[in-house]
Amino acid sequence: MQIYLPIADLPVNIFLILAMGLAVGFISGMFGIGGGFLMTPLLIFIGISPAVSVATVSSHIAASSASGAISYWRKDAVDVPLGGMLLAGGILGTALGVWLFTVLRSADLLDLLIALSYVVLLGAVGGLMIVEAVRAIARTYQGKPVVLRRPGSHTWIHGLPFKIRFKRSKIYVSAIPVCVIGLIIGFIGAILGIGGAFLLVPMLIYFLRVPTATVIGTSTLLTLVTMGSATIMHATTNHLVDAMLALILMVGGVTGAQFGARAGLLMKPERLRLLLGLLVLSVGLRFAIDLLGQPNELFSIRVVDGT
Amino acid sequence: MKRIFATALLVIAISSASYAARAERLISSLSSHQVLVSSSFAGAELVLFGSVERDAATIPRRGGYNLVVTVIGPRQTLVTRRKDRVFGIWANAQSRTFVGAPSYLAVLSNKPLDEIASLGTQQRLDIGMDNVPLPQTAAMQPTDLLFRDALIRLKKERGLYIEEPNSVTFLTPNLFRAGIRLPAEAPVGSYEVEIKLFADGTNIARTSSALEVVKVGVEQFVASAARDYGLLYGLGTTLMALLTGWFASVVFRRD
Repeated sequence: MQIYLPIADLPVNIFLILAMGLAVGFISGMFGIGGGFLMTPLLIFIGISPAVSVATVSSHIAASSASGAISYWRKDAVDVPLGGMLLAGGILGTALGVWLFTVLRSADLLDLLIALSYVVLLGAVGGLMIVEAVRAIARTYQGKPVVLRRPGSHTWIHGLPFKIRFKRSKIYVSAIPVCVIGLIIGFIGAILGIGGAFLLVPMLIYFLRVPTATVIGTSTLLTLVTMGSATIMHATTNHLVDAMLALILMVGGVTGAQFGARAGLLMKPERLRLLLGLLVLSVGLRFAIDLLGQPNELFSIRVVDGT
Repeated sequence: MKRIFATALLVIAISSASYAARAERLISSLSSHQVLVSSSFAGAELVLFGSVERDAATIPRRGGYNLVVTVIGPRQTLVTRRKDRVFGIWANAQSRTFVGAPSYLAVLSNKPLDEIASLGTQQRLDIGMDNVPLPQTAAMQPTDLLFRDALIRLKKERGLYIEEPNSVTFLTPNLFRAGIRLPAEAPVGSYEVEIKLFADGTNIARTSSALEVVKVGVEQFVASAARDYGLLYGLGTTLMALLTGWFASVVFRRD
């Protein structure tokens, strides 16, 4: 069944979009990520313009993270003060990202920068996750206990001033790294049109030693707030959010996310991390192949302004 | 070159002569002047009908009539980019900006253009894919033609530029019909329809018409809300996201 999208200005198959929402929602529920880094390229692939894709995906991520945040809230797995502090840095980062986005767009360098960042970011994060997960799996096979948290191992990050106690997460860290992490995520999110949870979760675990009990709930809350405000910003500045497309994606996405979350609970955490690492790495490789191999079509056209 | 110029001169001379001797009149009508884009829109097919009016003073045409219909959609500014290898990476390097390029272009005729009029006439009348003016912002360069060809090729692949030398049919020697295909991607706005009649390689009559592509219903509501009430629209979409998320967490709640 075809439906004409009012902002994207082209007809799409409802069931195809619904299926895409379900699939990405399943993955996002399973790993506790937004899935923007998967959904944006998929939408571009079916012919929706990159600008509309980025703007619309933000509302789709807001919906799936709302569903997730509510579930985690009920389980009391959200650290609100930590989320608030990350958000403070995040807003500044988003503003910087939007500024750079505009500068690069006028210099015609945006497409290349986005592709390169995807390769570097996804490749590095995916690779690290795989290495870490394989080690963890090897340890369990050797019968050694899984070290979830190393209480004594303080890094230089814990020596920084302005320390704050986050009671829910049971951590005592400086406000500086918290804000810096928020800033980096906001910055990357604004440029690449992604929520950044796949970066935020490892950062919170490895740098701040936030326990697994609160890390996903807190990151989901942060994603909800940033993506909700990104939707409003995109709608007011570029007028490119397609509500019709967003609604179909959301319905598929939230449904898929619920099933994904259940599937995720059945798996061992290190196996889950290995799978996510492989997924992230393969998306990164896909972008690398595009950059390195000779494309079939060298030319591309883009409408600068319609009259 | 000299020969083309000579033919062009000759063509001008003949055409001015035929205008003097009571030329034919072209009468045409479109099956619809308004194409409505609703949520089930998947492209449209319009029909152009028309006839060639003659009177007693009109000279007989031994070769018969030929017709070229050009449909031009709303103008837009387009950037054509070419990827080149830079430090081992395929990245957009050179580009050309075309100002006022037709977003949609259809060149329809009853036989190949080269059999209807000479190359010089085609150029002078801006008919045919190769002769449609596509002005650029920067100064002309030798490689410009590559970018122009790429623009036309990419537009053709998406069904937005159409060249059909058999889509005009003469039902009787004086009565014709032409099918105009609008793809689903055809942008909203007004479209010009130029109809040119040829006989013996000369343009002997012309007329024009127009059609409009407009959004209606939900499409129109969403599009105008997004454009005119951006903030409210954004808040609404975010609220929709929150509600969808909340609804899912209620429906699938297990504990």
